Amino acid sequence: MAKITFIQHDGTEHVHEGKTGLSVMEVAVKNNVPGIDADCGGACACATCHVYVDAAWLGKTGEKTAMEESMLDFAEGVEPNSRLSCQIKVSDALDGLVVRLPESQH
Amino acid sequence: MTSPDAHVVIVGAGHAGGTLAALLRQYGYAGPVTLVGEEPIPPYQRPPLSKAWLKGEADAESLALKPLEFYAENRIDFRPSVRAERIDRDRKALVLSDGTTLAYDILVLATGARAIRLPIPGADLEGILELRTAADAEALKAALGPGRTMAVVGGGYIGLEAAASARALGAEAIVLEREPRILARVAGEVLSNFFRTLHEGHGVRFLTGASVTGFRGEGGKVTGVELADGRVIDCDLALVGVGAVPNQELAQAAGLAVDRGVVVDLEARTSDPSIFAIGDVTLRPMPIYGRDFRMESVPNALEQAKQAACAITGRPAPAGETPWQWSDQYDIKLQIAGYNFDSDQTLVRGDPASGRFAIFHLKGDQVQAVEAINSPPEFMMGRQLIGSRRPVDKQRLADPSVSMKEVAAA
Repeated sequence: MAKITFIQHDGTEHVHEGKTGLSVMEVAVKNNVPGIDADCGGACACATCHVYVDAAWLGKTGEKTAMEESMLDFAEGVEPNSRLSCQIKVSDALDGLVVRLPESQH
Repeated sequence: MTSPDAHVVIVGAGHAGGTLAALLRQYGYAGPVTLVGEEPIPPYQRPPLSKAWLKGEADAESLALKPLEFYAENRIDFRPSVRAERIDRDRKALVLSDGTTLAYDILVLATGARAIRLPIPGADLEGILELRTAADAEALKAALGPGRTMAVVGGGYIGLEAAASARALGAEAIVLEREPRILARVAGEVLSNFFRTLHEGHGVRFLTGASVTGFRGEGGKVTGVELADGRVIDCDLALVGVGAVPNQELAQAAGLAVDRGVVVDLEARTSDPSIFAIGDVTLRPMPIYGRDFRMESVPNALEQAKQAACAITGRPAPAGETPWQWSDQYDIKLQIAGYNFDSDQTLVRGDPASGRFAIFHLKGDQVQAVEAINSPPEFMMGRQLIGSRRPVDKQRLADPSVSMKEVAAA
């Protein structure tokens, strides 16, 4: 389990418990957090679950695969701390994770 | 703008209907929302049914769009296992199969599409399956396994994905396609050939130009598929994937405009201003192609759910999206953007033999559609080019040494 804070572009915070093994995207979507569309449901096919990982957590969220890197390269508003949240797996080590959401996923 | 206590009734608890119910709450709509579905479970993702779920890599919980308790917590009256029988537009009422009548202020039809059934002898034998619902997928999974032989009638994406999953489960698969090549309805020759070679490499067999005329059975169970040329293909189960038709009878009987789908505008509104329709059941305008058509895809269901949610809550209409879809087979990720309408040229970027390439369909110097195999840049940039209608330099597009960013910047 991990407590994850999602911060919408307008500053609204949503805090949810994520079960180990789910992706950060799934935690957001199953709790109806606005700002993560996840059109493809986690197939790494659409780049609509883009998040900015808080600097303190970057080392713990794992490496990007070539596929994720390549999809992100063409998403809007990409920063060095950009990730596709469907590719970050929840674990105890991520308890307290903070991610910020972009203004739009499309 | 809807009055704040208007009753929104959504018919169809699939990906479109479930998404709309959640979006209404996300957008701050506080009025009553009822979600009526024929299936016994809350809305779920269908795409994994032929892929990860069938292979046992995803469970029911991960398939669900939202956990069951979400609906009650968000005051969405979810009513499973019930059919909508009739719309009474004069009284603004929906009659359900359990005898109840729901009064609505806004009605949303999200009734989806159903698999076409072949009107041929033996079609009702046990072991002849289709794949649309979680229950269909359960039946298919139960019938598959090492040593079993699955005949796939129809070489479309669902059949091919199921064939790939069957191989992963140790079953034999043989694809029977009426046309001279697989994916004939939905893809060009280059892609058809690529997928056939890919599947053959994984042990899937193909018979093209194979017209299925009936099923053979023993003791009420399917044992073979009969072809027009007299051959009989032995099998333990047969999966029929020959297309789908929209569930538009409810709309039609209510006198709504219907034409190969329930006709809607870009707000997802039907010919009755109190009734919307979203997802696979609709025939919708697609301005980038200057035509109306019906799509069977998750991204379309999501876009129309957004259109309806915005219209119902008085938000500005969302920006138009470029249609897209995807498929996973073995280690291949196919991403398709756009639809191949009116193209006059096909251009292959990269080498199909490398397992990483993209096929661009062009009309003059505009991109109409792109099919990208393990090629996210071509998909992402191609999708933007389709949406923007910007002309491209075809020579540069055909040259993989020129990056897609450079192609788009030219």
